[in-house]
Amino acid sequence: MKVDRRSFLGLGIGAVAGIAISPVGAKLTDDFSIWTQNWPWTPVPPDGEVSYDRTVCHLCPGACGISVRKIDGRPVKIEGLDPYPVNNGGVCLHGIAGLQYLYDPSRVKSPMKKVNNRFVPISWDEALTMVADRLGELRNDQKPDTLACITGSDQGSVPGLFKHFMAAFGSPNYLTMPDLESWLVRTAKTLHGDAYTLGFDIDHSDFILSFGAGLIDGWGSPVACIQTMGNRRQRQATLVQIEPRLSNTAASANQWIPINPGTEADLAMGMCAVLLKENLFDPVFAQGFKGGFMRFTAMVQKEYPLDKVAGVTGISAADIQKTAVAFAKAKMPVALPGKGRGEGAQNLKEFAAVHTLNCLSGNVNKQGGTFVKPLPKYLNFPDPVQDAVALKGAAAAPLAGSVQELVTRIDKSGESPVKALLVYNANPCFALNDPSRIRAAFEKIPFKVCVTSFMDETAMVSDVILPVSTFLERMEDVPSKAGLAATVVGLSKPMIKPVFNTRSPGDVVIGMARALGGDMAKNFAWDSYDACLEQVTARIWGPLVRKGHVVLSENLPAGSVETDFEFLAQNPETVKPAGDLEFTLIPIDYFRVPPTVPAPSPFAIKTVSDRILKGTDMFVEINPQSAKNLKDGGFATLTTPAGSVPVRVHFNDGIMPGVIGMVKGLGHTLDNKYVSGKGVNINALISPKIEPDSGMDAAFGIKAGISKA
Amino acid sequence: MSEIENKTEHGSMDGATAGTAGDPKNDTGLGLGVIFFIVAFLICFLSGWLLFPKLLYSKHEQPFNFDHVLHVEETGDCESCHYLREDGTFSGIPKTESCLDCHTDEPMGDTKDEAIFAGDYVAKEQEVPWYVYARQPDCVFFSHAAHINAAGMDCKSCHGPIDETRTSRPYEENKLTGYSRDIWGKNIWGIKKNSWDRMKMNDCAVCHEKETGHKGYCFQCHK
Repeated sequence: MKVDRRSFLGLGIGAVAGIAISPVGAKLTDDFSIWTQNWPWTPVPPDGEVSYDRTVCHLCPGACGISVRKIDGRPVKIEGLDPYPVNNGGVCLHGIAGLQYLYDPSRVKSPMKKVNNRFVPISWDEALTMVADRLGELRNDQKPDTLACITGSDQGSVPGLFKHFMAAFGSPNYLTMPDLESWLVRTAKTLHGDAYTLGFDIDHSDFILSFGAGLIDGWGSPVACIQTMGNRRQRQATLVQIEPRLSNTAASANQWIPINPGTEADLAMGMCAVLLKENLFDPVFAQGFKGGFMRFTAMVQKEYPLDKVAGVTGISAADIQKTAVAFAKAKMPVALPGKGRGEGAQNLKEFAAVHTLNCLSGNVNKQGGTFVKPLPKYLNFPDPVQDAVALKGAAAAPLAGSVQELVTRIDKSGESPVKALLVYNANPCFALNDPSRIRAAFEKIPFKVCVTSFMDETAMVSDVILPVSTFLERMEDVPSKAGLAATVVGLSKPMIKPVFNTRSPGDVVIGMARALGGDMAKNFAWDSYDACLEQVTARIWGPLVRKGHVVLSENLPAGSVETDFEFLAQNPETVKPAGDLEFTLIPIDYFRVPPTVPAPSPFAIKTVSDRILKGTDMFVEINPQSAKNLKDGGFATLTTPAGSVPVRVHFNDGIMPGVIGMVKGLGHTLDNKYVSGKGVNINALISPKIEPDSGMDAAFGIKAGISKA
Repeated sequence: MSEIENKTEHGSMDGATAGTAGDPKNDTGLGLGVIFFIVAFLICFLSGWLLFPKLLYSKHEQPFNFDHVLHVEETGDCESCHYLREDGTFSGIPKTESCLDCHTDEPMGDTKDEAIFAGDYVAKEQEVPWYVYARQPDCVFFSHAAHINAAGMDCKSCHGPIDETRTSRPYEENKLTGYSRDIWGKNIWGIKKNSWDRMKMNDCAVCHEKETGHKGYCFQCHK
């Protein structure tokens, strides 16, 4: 028998035929295709029991209700909570990326102390003892007022505990970062007296006159505002947007009025003059006008005539006249102050002048208008028991009215008047103008304690870091702020046990007070922050736990409001951008990049357009008309009196000639490779300029030059 | 004469001899070819049918045997353990905690399986790592509520008469895909006799087309 080629052929064909009509081919084709979809580098989260839990987002002042999807108790997805009186099921990109903050590379995983300029992990006991020892020294030296405290906001029970701590300790130097809400409270205080804030019923308004408020760029409670803007056209509400740059809000408005940067206050005063001259103000509401109304009327007529205002603002006299009249004649007009997000450097004159338009229109405490509402008072802290040291310290004059003013004080003194500093939920070394000056001032303070979740720029210059749980890991009351008509207090609950060795910020304050002992400990006799929260919110605790939120001041604020024109009647000075260079550099509030705490999530950074940030290159916007020899996409050097940085140029017809726009919130140097080292921090290019009347930094922009690199 | 020339001269003749299939003298090559063909065909064909499935799937025994009949008798129905939650999500495989309504860390009977459950899982507060016969890929969203409540389907339509089983059969895992053999079906051709024999995408589509007139959109399940 000879096995030849033919036999092999038979063998081969037989094998192929056998395989072909067996199930192998069909089955393997199917399995291979599935196999390719399950390659091991495809991330597959562990499976488990699905559940949903509800809580409140604290990432920004929006205070949205959120629903957290969990697998076996592990949060995997955040969605908007429907129904919730703030956001009605909506959620923003920062909210959905909230989970990333749990595992953020820059999270502080345990208490730390600085040794030889490096941070070393220590135990909670050691950290609290160390803080208590250093702070105790101040009290022993009868100088409790040399302790200062900076928090991100002064609303809610945790800032309440810090305030309580400062009062019991004996220091009047409690300061907050300037956010929209703080500007509104300041405005209400100036025009209507203490204990008021402003809310805006944009939802029902038919004419929204926005002085640069980025209604879809992060102003106020962002999701609520975006939803309101979404149904504006159906409501046939007119939006007039006044700002130097065609922002997303301006692009969606009925009319965009470009204005010379920093002259919004003058425009508002000019509009007041028009309304007063043409007798277009509400006589009924005007009965509550007190303090210098006549002087104010005379002053604006004299100092803000149309021609002069037109010259300053760059808006034609006819447009100013027309817009002011349309505003006054609208049924439910509302004028909104607060450029961009309304945070950071703004000025009281502008806020007050814009709100005066609301007062003149008479649409105050009426549907679709402005609410002058009492500050939410749902917290009842016991009065602090102050010993002799505390009484003396608390009676001392505060060192400053704002963080920038405090920094100036420290700057000017040889030895820092502040001996110890507490910082909670604030990052002044990044978020305020001229951060290097703030860092230098902080370096002069002998002892700094940072109560934070992340190793941010301020934490890096502190001596002790007390790490706090993120909003998904802790219980806390979250009052809605900034501009909403109603005040909603939400209750955030822990969605997961703390991932690292962190504590709730309330427990940190109680822990510090206990470690100090004596009267300090007596003032903080709660077992835990949770017990404290239950006690201080007693009035609303029941419904807060049951429903997850409570709506305060749901109805229109009752009663008439008096308006005091004293401040504006003196015609306060308009803060102009410093310097004498050719351009004006203005910050752009871009929704995807939060400029304060916390830093943007890796997810949010990924969504930034490459006309703003490409790789690590920062772009600035400039109108091609004023670009001269610059090229679109080309490199340039941007110079201001405060410094000089390399940038790339983005030609944008939607920005006024002579203006350079730069997105705010980039250029972090914190320990997070996804977020830091990207772009430039615009604050480093702007020197603060204190507004005399408010004591606040009002340097929204600065003069700048740009040249080809 | 060179060899080449020689060959050329007789070439036609040799060629004819070699090339004639019906030549009685040289039929062994062809005969063997046929035999080889048949043998190879049979081996491969039968391997494909019989050996291939054994190679493709690995078998895993469940952590211990579970008697569905007994539990259905005790609890009354499937929903006592595999229930829908208020929000419409399906509880799937019960957690050890839910077994504690009846079980304790003392075995209830004297079966080996009960002892394992009580000793290894209840006492140690551990979850039982059951192999799930019906596990679909992660990219597949399936709402039990929509099928049970809205369409009024019976559990059996997809899962078969699992309530009538006294023993847990071994879980067969596809070595290539990692999925349960129940998804493709027991039959290696994927031929099905019962509605619960397969759980592939097309099985969903066929049923949807029959019941709703439309196979459904991609994003209804893939999300």
